[in-house]
Amino acid sequence: MEAVSSLMMGNQAIVRGAVEAGVKVAAGYPGTPSSEIIDTLSKTAPDIYTEWSVNEKVALEVAAAGSFAGLRSLAVMKQPGVNVAADFLMHLALSGTRAGMVLVAADDPGALSSINEGDTRLYSKLMGIPLLEPGNFQEACDMTKWAFELSEQLKSLVILRTVTRLSHASGNVIAGDIKKEEKKAYFEFNGNMLDPMTGIVTTIPVSIKHSWQHEKLHQAGQIFETSGFNTCEGPENPELLIITTSICDLYAKEAVDVLKLDNRVAVLKLGTTWPLPSKLVQNKIQKAGAVLFVEEIQPFIEENIKVLSAGAADKFGEKTYFGKLSNHIPMIGELNPDIIIKVLQQIFNLEYQSSSDSYRKVAEKAVENCLPEREIAFCPGCPHRASFFTINKVLGLDNQDGFTCGDIGCYSLGILPGGFSTIKTLHAMGSGTGLASGFGKFSQFGMEQPIISVCGDSTFFHSGMPPLVNAVHNESNLTMVILDNSGTAMTGFQPHPGLSMGTDGKSAPGVDIADVCRAIGAETKICDPFNLEKTEKTLLEFIEKTRGVNVLILKQICALSPEKKGSKPFNMSIDKAKCIGEECGCNRICTRIFSCPALIWNKEKNSALINDILCTGCGVCAEICPSDAILREKI
Amino acid sequence: MISKTLKHDPYNLIITGVGGQGSVISSKIIGNMLSQSGFHITIGETFGASQRGGSVMSHVRISSTKALSPQIPLGKAHMVVSLEPVEALRVLSQFGNSHVKVICNTQPLHPIGVISGRAGYPSKKKIDKSLKKLSSKVWLFNATGIAMDIGDPIFANIVMTGALTAAKKLPMDRNNFQKSIESLFTTDKIKQNLVAFDKGMDMINF
Repeated sequence: MEAVSSLMMGNQAIVRGAVEAGVKVAAGYPGTPSSEIIDTLSKTAPDIYTEWSVNEKVALEVAAAGSFAGLRSLAVMKQPGVNVAADFLMHLALSGTRAGMVLVAADDPGALSSINEGDTRLYSKLMGIPLLEPGNFQEACDMTKWAFELSEQLKSLVILRTVTRLSHASGNVIAGDIKKEEKKAYFEFNGNMLDPMTGIVTTIPVSIKHSWQHEKLHQAGQIFETSGFNTCEGPENPELLIITTSICDLYAKEAVDVLKLDNRVAVLKLGTTWPLPSKLVQNKIQKAGAVLFVEEIQPFIEENIKVLSAGAADKFGEKTYFGKLSNHIPMIGELNPDIIIKVLQQIFNLEYQSSSDSYRKVAEKAVENCLPEREIAFCPGCPHRASFFTINKVLGLDNQDGFTCGDIGCYSLGILPGGFSTIKTLHAMGSGTGLASGFGKFSQFGMEQPIISVCGDSTFFHSGMPPLVNAVHNESNLTMVILDNSGTAMTGFQPHPGLSMGTDGKSAPGVDIADVCRAIGAETKICDPFNLEKTEKTLLEFIEKTRGVNVLILKQICALSPEKKGSKPFNMSIDKAKCIGEECGCNRICTRIFSCPALIWNKEKNSALINDILCTGCGVCAEICPSDAILREKI
Repeated sequence: MISKTLKHDPYNLIITGVGGQGSVISSKIIGNMLSQSGFHITIGETFGASQRGGSVMSHVRISSTKALSPQIPLGKAHMVVSLEPVEALRVLSQFGNSHVKVICNTQPLHPIGVISGRAGYPSKKKIDKSLKKLSSKVWLFNATGIAMDIGDPIFANIVMTGALTAAKKLPMDRNNFQKSIESLFTTDKIKQNLVAFDKGMDMINF
């Protein structure tokens, strides 16, 4: 019988592999492009304990507890989450694991949905953790499954690194059998303290555990030498050997195809990238004329293979290496087939044009001044637009050069014109309030600017609480605005500890944000950001107070949330008699500044216009028109 | 077993539009329709914060032999299905060639810069002319209008899916569509989607 393949997103293939391996515990924190993994498990696998944890470090700890108690476990996060989990990660690498444990880390080359371009692979080397990189959809499934076995064999955590173009792309996958096994969780600790399966689990004595860790890595290297996830296609003695990994394998092969170089170029795809299968790599390099490294973000395999080659110089002498370090492959951004085509053209001195000169000329002329940029903007009815509108207005009214420290979520868009360019610093999760805590302490150096930080509800639990505690205890002066839209909205409404719903969708005890802030010692008030007048008054009072830590919770559910979508509280319309356009003196605040996609400026009619298809009827624009020309009628 | 043949192998299809218009779901449906016939499908797309009101593009690659790069090389599209007129031009300027075919929704969706009066938007006449110049065949109709007649502008992506099927450049039919949406939607929604699909099919004449 022919095996049936189905179309799966890379993340779904990873889920399938984990389920086939009999995973019992899965924990993570939402972050593009990793979120679908825990989302899918929570919806489709009720016999697995699945948890959206408060942050990535806790997720890794919850998953590790599973491994220690004899359950195969999975931790899932995007790359910046690995930074959050890094402290425990390093200790876990040293203490070792019991039942198979895999960390899926999703990197985002090109920062398509991130504000950095971190490379998880360096953690593997830094912390001594075996690393796998699937290169296509089938491998995303098969490699995940194998990662659990490998972890169990080595008694070490294994990292599986994926990237956006694999996680969010889809391809055919032939699924395997699911391992069905009843498991009773039990944590053994009474054995010999140096027995990894029955003794205490810790990193001490460090000298012994560290030497074990190196033995495990050595063993992993041996296993990787013969792994089927490392493949080589092309001539035995190629003029050029491309060494690649991850989704770049498909880019490299496409480029070789397009340029018809398959008789001259071989592609060595490495699926096991730390420790490197050194013999395999050296053998292939020995037979090649030159080497080109094709990988995204850091020159990870490039640098480490060059170290290997230096050690084997007596065997195959000097070779020419092309890659990031020779400026052939860009150090930043995503790769794609065209970038590799260009590099190969350069190396082989080949002519290639993606389309004819005449077509390109016509195209350039046809689109000249014709492609208006699509700036990212808050959705129609987004509470953040109203919140930033008020924050901006209040800082202006206060007129003391006050500013806002931003944080991570949809509200990061507050740094753009669509968010009135309100945000002036933007870094990691929770960092806005940490920075604000520092800024708020500098009055002894003459700094009197009012300080605001913004923080989402999920971010508050993730890493917003410690800086708030810090600010209160160290008597900083700031106003923390918590933009509470009742969910982890940007990544798809995953629940967080502030909600009375758990990962499984069932009721769970919610932790009240206002209660927490008050218990920490901050003066705390709650407003609806759609009530511009009250929000403005409350925030202005807070800003004008020169001392203390204040929290203003702006509570309004996300416009896209399943419970809100489709419901329209107001019917909006324009009073044509009142809206007199440019002559009004309003300077078109509604369309020029407020930037709601549903509120349009009609040039011909010199008047504002509501787009009924897009308008969610939040009613906020009615409050911003100085001439009361925007009407809202309750439905 | 693959029972049908492709006009080009791989066949490169780009579905484009604006975040929120449903291009991701239509690429998934089209992928499933073709996957039923045994083809290897690779769909490349991005979603997340970057797509709030931004341009979106799904690259659907159909092959009888293997998985391909989820990004189509420049100049190598065979067909562009666009939910928004300017987005069709944007894609053609990168992935177009003199043989490419285009199915395009005529209903514009203005970017924030245009809404606020900061930027201009090309006239319908200019867009139509450019689309014709940059392709070997173009089908233009108001898919949003058709979708609104059915009850929701969101059906425009399914109208376009129907049109793509009727254009007969890919081996897929109405049965494939029905089969591929069975697990995606509730019974009511399936009915509406089939209406949208049929109306889209009616838009294609040779």
